Amino acid sequence: MGDLRMPTLGADMTAGTLLEWHVAPGDAVHRGDIVATVDTDKAEIDIETFDDGVVDALVVEPGTRVPVGTVLATLRADGEVPRMAAPVAPEPAVAVPAPPPPAPSAAPVVSAPPVAAAAPAHRRRVSPLARRVAADLGVDLAAVTGTGPAGAITRVDVERATTTVPGTTVPGTTVPGRAAVERRSADERLASLRAAVAALMARSKREIPHYTVQRTIDLTAALDWLDAYNAGQPPARRLLPAALLLRAVALAAHDVPEVNGTYEDDTFHPAPDVTLGVAISLRQGGVIAPAIPNADALALPDLMSDLRELTARARRGVLRGTDLGGATLTVTSLGDQGADLVCGVIFPPQVALVGFGRIAERPVAVNGMLGARRTVIATLAGDHRVSDGHRGSLLLASLDHHLQEPDAL
Amino acid sequence: MSEPASTAATTTYREALREALRDALRADERVFLMGEDVGRYGGSFGVSRGLLDEFGPERIRDAPLSESAFVGAGVGAALGDLRPIVEVMTVNFSMLALDQIVNTAASLSHMSGGQFHVPLVVRMTTGGGRQLAAQHSHSLEAWYAHVPGLRVLAPATIDDARWMLGAALDDPDPVIIFEHGSLYGMEGEPWEESPVRPIDLEHAVVRRAGRDVTLIASSQSVHVALAAAEVLVADGVEAEVVDLRVLRPLDGATIVESVTRTHRAVVVDEGWRSVGLSAEVSARIMEGAFYELDAPVERVCTLEVPLPYPKHLEDAALPQPQRVVDAVHAMGLGG
Repeated sequence: MGDLRMPTLGADMTAGTLLEWHVAPGDAVHRGDIVATVDTDKAEIDIETFDDGVVDALVVEPGTRVPVGTVLATLRADGEVPRMAAPVAPEPAVAVPAPPPPAPSAAPVVSAPPVAAAAPAHRRRVSPLARRVAADLGVDLAAVTGTGPAGAITRVDVERATTTVPGTTVPGTTVPGRAAVERRSADERLASLRAAVAALMARSKREIPHYTVQRTIDLTAALDWLDAYNAGQPPARRLLPAALLLRAVALAAHDVPEVNGTYEDDTFHPAPDVTLGVAISLRQGGVIAPAIPNADALALPDLMSDLRELTARARRGVLRGTDLGGATLTVTSLGDQGADLVCGVIFPPQVALVGFGRIAERPVAVNGMLGARRTVIATLAGDHRVSDGHRGSLLLASLDHHLQEPDAL
Repeated sequence: MSEPASTAATTTYREALREALRDALRADERVFLMGEDVGRYGGSFGVSRGLLDEFGPERIRDAPLSESAFVGAGVGAALGDLRPIVEVMTVNFSMLALDQIVNTAASLSHMSGGQFHVPLVVRMTTGGGRQLAAQHSHSLEAWYAHVPGLRVLAPATIDDARWMLGAALDDPDPVIIFEHGSLYGMEGEPWEESPVRPIDLEHAVVRRAGRDVTLIASSQSVHVALAAAEVLVADGVEAEVVDLRVLRPLDGATIVESVTRTHRAVVVDEGWRSVGLSAEVSARIMEGAFYELDAPVERVCTLEVPLPYPKHLEDAALPQPQRVVDAVHAMGLGG
């Protein structure tokens, strides 16, 4: 059965700090379940299990910084006997009966092997008082870190979660002397995020010979189509122009595969699918680029909904491990308030970055007539080790082409 | 005449019990004391020393070595409107009198529709810590606290040792008083005179106030809990200590009220952990204070062995203050 290891949540990550377990030994877990929270240099990330099974043992204590790849917890198949004894057995454990000796007769013996009873699934450890206080105060327990025995959430944890200023406590409460896992303050986190961005971008500028090409793309057709589409949709299901742009990039990346992949060990590794990184600026400062897997296979509404959720998670600081894994091409879009164009810096080990400036009405000559049309200036920063300006231009041309046929998006 | 204990600088739990007996014998002609070696020997633990000379063999009666017989005689005397105080040397030996206590004394009032009360008081020594091994050291209070029709008392202090007996004699139904063998020699301030009457045989009391965790105990374990509470002060933990005093009927309200304030509880009980008093107290907390709990209830009890004779093994088996401290630390407090 697989072990749960400290994942790499970005090419620049070498170690992470385990902040919190969301499971306990004996818990049944399924692929995709959030099992722990890890602090990378960039953010607190919820990490998921890739296997179904039962948590056998938690190997790493919260608060411990360990290298990428370190086993954090061991899993066993449901029904498999635990590899490690339960930490404390207050009563003598029921002995597992030894298998009967082989029957001497030739008659077939049907014997069921002793199978350990499936461990019951536990909910998170939250004391009854903490649950009640959380309900009274309107605190979402999912956002509370437990510092009690075995990571249980106690009243103090809930009350701490209601205080926004570090160091303040709710009057009349007692803080137990037991050391809690120290979470970093917003300032510390911002500083480390800035340092991580700096390290990654410096590496990019140091290693990647960038070239940049740009193209002004007429969005009249695309935005007209979008308005018509949105008119028939409830607000929650309406599409933003960003979704159209992402969709078009994903399709264009199929046409020009030299921009989609990674450059590692002096070799370009083209990616079969498009895992689209989306650069998201955080309100407190800094930028983070979580990814939408298989963006080229997603229909527009699905892509939009993924983008919405990803942005929300990034801004709340609750990204998951899979959000940060393995982008093959990143898009940065400065939005309506941004600059006219952005010549971006490639996120290593990717080999290209598509930038969109703001969408604005601009004077455009069409068929010999000057008109005001809504346009966007798209740029491509490419890695000269992998592609040249010609191929990069083809990508922008393909992007333009797809955006002129919004029905096909 | 006896020493004027109430004016002495210090007194003992034993003297308090003796004074209670003397008081009762003086106050009511119907009161008499009966048991093995209570007369000429002065009681196996010296509680009744001097009473034979003062009150004579009619009222301080040495009994033959048959718990069933002399407890049964006590039941009969109580039915005949006397007020017997029967001493059983240890709770281990009281097993031989269980039939008289459970099937007769505890049941007659109910079975007779309230026509026959059994105003019997049975005193017995309980508990370990004195190297008396497995047949003289157990804490079987829970067996009696299980039985409807009985009131079960466990004085932990000199005051309760002094005043509980008189109130027990006033009860028209049978009362069992557990005297802890390790407490007989406990010295302390003389008891308070002229206590409020009637003596409270209903309620637990808070012996030490605290805000972080409630230690619930009875008898000698109260002193274990108090010692642990002193140690915990150094860790910044303020433990509240509740002395149950009355094991039946159990005062659940005081327990719940304390845990509602502290949100954590450790039950300290010299009985065994399984199916015992600590289990009952824990269940009362679940029933009455579940939504106040910030941690699971912990229990510190005697290890599940017949009590060993060697001192180091006996010490290891009995609840010690350090085990209580450890249990509190394990809840995330101090440590």
